[in-house]
Amino acid sequence: MVETFAIYRRIVASRIRSQLQYRLSFALTVAGNVLLTSLDFAAILVLFGQVDALGKWTVEEVALLYGISCVSFALTDIAVGQLDQLPRMIREGEFDQILVRPLGSLLQVVSADLALRHLGRLLQGLIILGVALTHVDVDWTPGRAAMPLVAIVAGVAIFAGIWVAFSAIAFWLIDSQEVSNAFTYGGSFTAQYPVNIFGRWLRRLVIFVIPLAFVSYFPALYVLDKPDQLGLPSALQFASPAVAVAVAAAAWVVWTTAVRRYRSVGS
Amino acid sequence: MIELDGVEKTFSVRLKRGRLRRERREVRAVDGISFRVEPGELVGYVGPNGAGKSTTVKMLTGILVPSGGRVSVAGLDPARRRVELARRIGVVFGQRVQLWWDLPLRDSFELLRHIYRVPYDRWRANLDRFSEVLELEPFLETPVRQLSLGQRMRGELTAAMLHDPEILFLDEPTIGLDVVAKVRVREFLADVNRERSVTVLLTTHDLADIERLCSRLLIIDHGRVIYDGTIERLIDRYGEERTLVVDLEEPAPPLEVEGARVVRVEGPRQWLRFRRRDMTAAQLTSAVASRAPLVDLTVEEPDIEDVVRRIYAEGAV
Amino acid sequence: MLRLGFELARRGYGRYAAYPGATWAGVFTNTFFGFLIAYTLLAVFEQRDAVGDYDARDAVTYTWLAQGMLMTIYLWGWFEVALRVRSGDVATDLQRPLDFQGYWLAQDLGRAAYHALFRGVPPFVLGALVFDVLVPGNPLVWLAFLASVTLAVVTSFAFRFLFNLAAFWLLDYRGAGVLAMVASTFFSGQIVPIAFFPHWLAVLAWALPFAAMVQAPIEIWLGHAEGLELLGLIALQAFWAGALLLVGRAVLAAGMRKLVIQGG
Repeated sequence: MVETFAIYRRIVASRIRSQLQYRLSFALTVAGNVLLTSLDFAAILVLFGQVDALGKWTVEEVALLYGISCVSFALTDIAVGQLDQLPRMIREGEFDQILVRPLGSLLQVVSADLALRHLGRLLQGLIILGVALTHVDVDWTPGRAAMPLVAIVAGVAIFAGIWVAFSAIAFWLIDSQEVSNAFTYGGSFTAQYPVNIFGRWLRRLVIFVIPLAFVSYFPALYVLDKPDQLGLPSALQFASPAVAVAVAAAAWVVWTTAVRRYRSVGS
Repeated sequence: MIELDGVEKTFSVRLKRGRLRRERREVRAVDGISFRVEPGELVGYVGPNGAGKSTTVKMLTGILVPSGGRVSVAGLDPARRRVELARRIGVVFGQRVQLWWDLPLRDSFELLRHIYRVPYDRWRANLDRFSEVLELEPFLETPVRQLSLGQRMRGELTAAMLHDPEILFLDEPTIGLDVVAKVRVREFLADVNRERSVTVLLTTHDLADIERLCSRLLIIDHGRVIYDGTIERLIDRYGEERTLVVDLEEPAPPLEVEGARVVRVEGPRQWLRFRRRDMTAAQLTSAVASRAPLVDLTVEEPDIEDVVRRIYAEGAV
Repeated sequence: MLRLGFELARRGYGRYAAYPGATWAGVFTNTFFGFLIAYTLLAVFEQRDAVGDYDARDAVTYTWLAQGMLMTIYLWGWFEVALRVRSGDVATDLQRPLDFQGYWLAQDLGRAAYHALFRGVPPFVLGALVFDVLVPGNPLVWLAFLASVTLAVVTSFAFRFLFNLAAFWLLDYRGAGVLAMVASTFFSGQIVPIAFFPHWLAVLAWALPFAAMVQAPIEIWLGHAEGLELLGLIALQAFWAGALLLVGRAVLAAGMRKLVIQGG
């Protein structure tokens, strides 16, 4: 475990060093990333220019969903975003090289690099989250104050689990990248909106199958003390940590199975 | 140290048959391979493309799981105890890079120290030694992606050895290198094998590597071992044809000598092929001299290149 | 000449047709996002009956058309010319007796045909199965739509081409384009229809070339532009296509001069 962090720390340090070498370019990249990721919120603002509420959620309340989703996703992207390189690694034989080292394969894949530009998304997510938290109409209790943090931590685990599980498709299909993207970036987009606006099949999907609803929707219901229009038990509002653990465990199983199969069947 | 017993690897390949239909075919990449490598040996592993060399090495290093048979490397089953085995072996893939592309060479070595949990003193001693032998000093701070092929390969060899592996697997380490670089690599491998008793399995297409380094040669074709022994024995048994090149005083029609055949004529020079067991070079020379006046001659021995080429072509020994 | 253009277009088509797996995976993504965006827009219509001249059905139709148009116009992610400039291969390309810009345009039209068929149509059909979408009855509208899409592809190509040429001068050509990417994605109406924009933003959007790439064809399909208005839209697209192509040629000439001076 100790080596794990030592290694991760070193790679991060080198990446930071090499990316900061060109300060201006780096600053511009982050700024560009902030702008790009803000587009999603810009779209939300445009929609609220026409209505007062989406699915009975006000703009501040949607901003809360957005903030939690963005911050979680940005952190996940920084931590495991390298998984997007997996198809290339397999294709170019780099994954075989990974199997020859005395270290877990998943760890090696995610620590292969660190794209600091994703800090852009984190920054704009934090800003919007901050603004949302100061503007929502909430009767603050310690529980409610802690919930956004809990949601973010659980959100990171849920997003990471989804990312790992869907990236593992690369071991089976050649063109898995797009499918993986649909659920990772698409997942982030989904968690920016209140689940009750979706059609029934999609609601079921994001609650029971790919539990994106537990990243932002349920925690937000608790914070806002909002009645759930879907009529689901309020206990679900506290289930995010448990769901996160379940997703992480499932993702781990998927990954190890995928690697085992890769070692049986080759590439 | 390395032991394979009846090892098989079958791949299921899907082929397109026409527009829509897919046919499933079983390809036996490795079809019953058995051999042993004792500690301290430096063995060459040779075979035509598609013979099953890479597949074998992948099974030995834990990348692939065999379909059948038993594999044991350093007493461990690579399929089951991959991580444990990884600490005790070093692997160099000639065409792929194990070093971190964007980082300076030194950083890669540092990272490997942590990954392999090498005690600092030991790691330092190894790095200094290899640095000296392979002359890494000038480019230790250079990012790997800026290194030349020769420099990168020296870096890779160092990287593979930093953790004192017991066994070294090399897949085409000299490919694409210039002559000077090749010599350096060979010297390093011979050194490492001799001084540190590292067992080496060298997969290569470059037969000069084999000639200079290996005491023993394994030839594999169509997933099977078709030769396992020394190079001398190989040439002895299968390199039985020698060539006498004679320069006659003046051009003449192909000489007719019993037991030898003329394979080439260029002006006054003729190439006569004869079998070792049929006659000696001296005997053939006298026979030729009695038919036409000789100015000069040379004897060409079969080299491993010819022998192996013949074996590949004929498919069996 | 036309023959050559057709051959190049075929080649462009074939290059992408060779990867059906990637295409179907892309259809999956487009479909998924289509559903997400459609539901989001429908939530707006729970509160109102209409936004501008969009009703709920228009908005949903818009979503699926936009998703289908995404890959057809391929607004972002194409760097083939930039890569050739970076690698120096462009010098050989420019020596061929071919119009450089025309060469790439022809191939792109072929590619667009493939993507329109295989990444444009399937998500729309899937969306149509679940939602109530508008399909024009008037064959003239279909014709106009096709013409509009073609112009949209040309405009998008001209824009991309221009941005690729940045590689002549900038090392980090990808990074430099991020601002353009942001602007183009937002102002083409890909995320939210321009009809939803507040007035001042909508005016800005129509002043930029991006609206000509996605929004214009969709307005024609939805029947929001008829008669003179329709011709006006097509004229606008033609204007942007022509203008961007011409600017592209000028910039290319400048780039070539730079190459010659620097010796490639």
